[in-house]
Amino acid sequence: MQKENLPVRVISPQRGFFSFPLKEVLEYKDLLFLFVRRDFVAFYKQTILGPLWFFIQPVLTTIIFTIIFGRVAQISTDGLPDVLFYLAGVTAWNYFSGCWNETSDIFRKNKDIFGKVYFPRVIMPLSIIITNLFRFGIQFLLFLGVFFYFYFSGHEIQPNWAVVFLPVLILMMAMFSLALGMLISALTVKYRDLVFLIQFGIQLFMYATPVVYPLSIVSPERQWILVLNPMTSIIETFRFAFLGSGTFHYVHLLYSFASILIIFVLGLLVFNRTEKSFMDIV
Amino acid sequence: MSEFALEIKNVSKLYKLGVISTGTLSHDLNRWWHRVRGLDDPYERIAEANIQDSKGESGYIWALKDVSFNVPHGTALGIIGKNGAGKSTLLKILSRVTSLTKGEIRINGRIASLLEVGTGFHPELTGRENIFLNGAILGMKKNEIHSKLDEIIAFSGVEKYVDTPVKRYSSGMRVRLAFAVAAHLEPEILVVDEVLAVGDVEFQKKAIGKMQDVSRNQGRTVLFVSHNMAAVKNLCEKGVIMKNGFASEIFSSDTAIQKYLEEQESLGLHNNFSLKDSDFANYTAFITEGKIFGKNDNSIICGDEMNIHIKYKNNDPTAYADLHVGLYDAFGTKISHLAASFTTGSVIKLRAEGNIMCSIPRLPLIPGRYSINLSLHYRGKPYHRVLDAFFFIVEEGDFFNSGRMPGHNQGKFLIDADWQFL
Repeated sequence: MQKENLPVRVISPQRGFFSFPLKEVLEYKDLLFLFVRRDFVAFYKQTILGPLWFFIQPVLTTIIFTIIFGRVAQISTDGLPDVLFYLAGVTAWNYFSGCWNETSDIFRKNKDIFGKVYFPRVIMPLSIIITNLFRFGIQFLLFLGVFFYFYFSGHEIQPNWAVVFLPVLILMMAMFSLALGMLISALTVKYRDLVFLIQFGIQLFMYATPVVYPLSIVSPERQWILVLNPMTSIIETFRFAFLGSGTFHYVHLLYSFASILIIFVLGLLVFNRTEKSFMDIV
Repeated sequence: MSEFALEIKNVSKLYKLGVISTGTLSHDLNRWWHRVRGLDDPYERIAEANIQDSKGESGYIWALKDVSFNVPHGTALGIIGKNGAGKSTLLKILSRVTSLTKGEIRINGRIASLLEVGTGFHPELTGRENIFLNGAILGMKKNEIHSKLDEIIAFSGVEKYVDTPVKRYSSGMRVRLAFAVAAHLEPEILVVDEVLAVGDVEFQKKAIGKMQDVSRNQGRTVLFVSHNMAAVKNLCEKGVIMKNGFASEIFSSDTAIQKYLEEQESLGLHNNFSLKDSDFANYTAFITEGKIFGKNDNSIICGDEMNIHIKYKNNDPTAYADLHVGLYDAFGTKISHLAASFTTGSVIKLRAEGNIMCSIPRLPLIPGRYSINLSLHYRGKPYHRVLDAFFFIVEEGDFFNSGRMPGHNQGKFLIDADWQFL
């Protein structure tokens, strides 16, 4: 046996205050993609409609929003067709909330695997982010379809140069949901109360974000309260880019990016700490 | 390059006892405050050695305390010790499932443990897909699995079903497939925890076979955790004894086993025990007293009657339970397993307070030392377990009513038989 090139691994209690096991994650990238594949394939196995389910959920949500918020409550949609307005919000929001919801429970849900074998734990939330990205891609196609329908049937829609921000918006949503998910999953290990709060919390958070209403219905001097929420400018920019309505501010976007970055670093930190000790607690 | 496969230096692990969450936040804050000021963890100082019979005061224990030893390349090392001595904790730290509180471990080479067979199998995926997933979880690269795929499938013996979802597999097929993946890992250091593998005999056999192959024929390093002395003796050349979180130096496996058995003997025999009610505040049902005795309260004699007498208390008037009795020889090998339901065909309806009496009319055990574990449980869910409830001696007797017996090393128990000579 060749002993010269064996990998040497040192296990010690101290790890850097902030260390992201990037090298390890790269070593395990195959696992990352296998997890993504697993989640994707397992999602529609033994269902009749199969991948169609990726469409059904946003369609139903949009219909419900159109009826309740558009018709019954008659909340402004900045002059856009109701369906398009809500679908834009729902598509973007779904990506964020899906990632957040699934990453929030990873330690508890995977304790059997985590309890028996080591791999960089961060692989798990990363795989969720990527799986959801595919889901988002599919739902985004649906959105584009509806978008072009309205566009060519002569509605007032002005897609513009801000479309180039789409990758940034997605990245920001991924980082934000990952950060929140990691924070909460780390905390649920010890304080299980949070599990009960999370569904409810996401729901509330949606109403604190201009998903079912435009930012413009809030009076200008109070808008800053909503803008404090990093998701606000993401959703608004998304709608502005494709539909030409909504508020777009570099400052808002920059603020969102900065605050997400801070929360992200915090989340990673807490996650790293929990990863080491959670088996003794769960 | 180090001559050792494993260098374990002053490894310690702190555990908090009892219910986690009450007071956790305040302890966490206190810890954090100490750390900010550059002080030691305040709970490390009050933590106690891991002695299970006496109840600790501090709520913190050292599951491992200053464990140090080096394992040279190519050694098969047996880690022996009682339940809760820290063996499994050490393995968990080695496979990085849990962290250590102090100390350092250097691992020279890839490490893999057979305690994780089949983890991450997804029931909806096919056998082939699961091979990839499971292999990757265990740390293999995709092309590594690709190149070994045919071998793995052949070894598993499930060729026909490899494109069928795993949920349609029998449990045996699942184990075979999982094991096939693990067997093709080829780590430099293999970790086998027999304690955790219990429950699947087929897997256990395969794991031990694999281990033998790995250590003898391939010259790899193996760590084997067991409380079965016979298995350790058979498989390992070196042995280390763990007790209350401390580890001995490395002995030859024969010496280690002998020392362990001597110590067990010096603990003395106990044919009865009684436990304080106050220790069981959160238990639904628990055993308060136990006694083992021969005919007319005398000592236990081979071929004579043996009685086990248990007193229990129960807080749930609707509870049912079964009493299981695990019988072990001096080497820690399980010899037999008795349960009330095996004989009577039904479980016991528990009273608020009650007695369970079990009588074996003609004890078929060869004279020697034995121990018993008790478990009061219902459908696999234990209410209360008493490990090493009894250490007792079976004395010489006349099982066959002929005054004759096989010699001491001739088997573990006696079977009555009818003979005909024609």
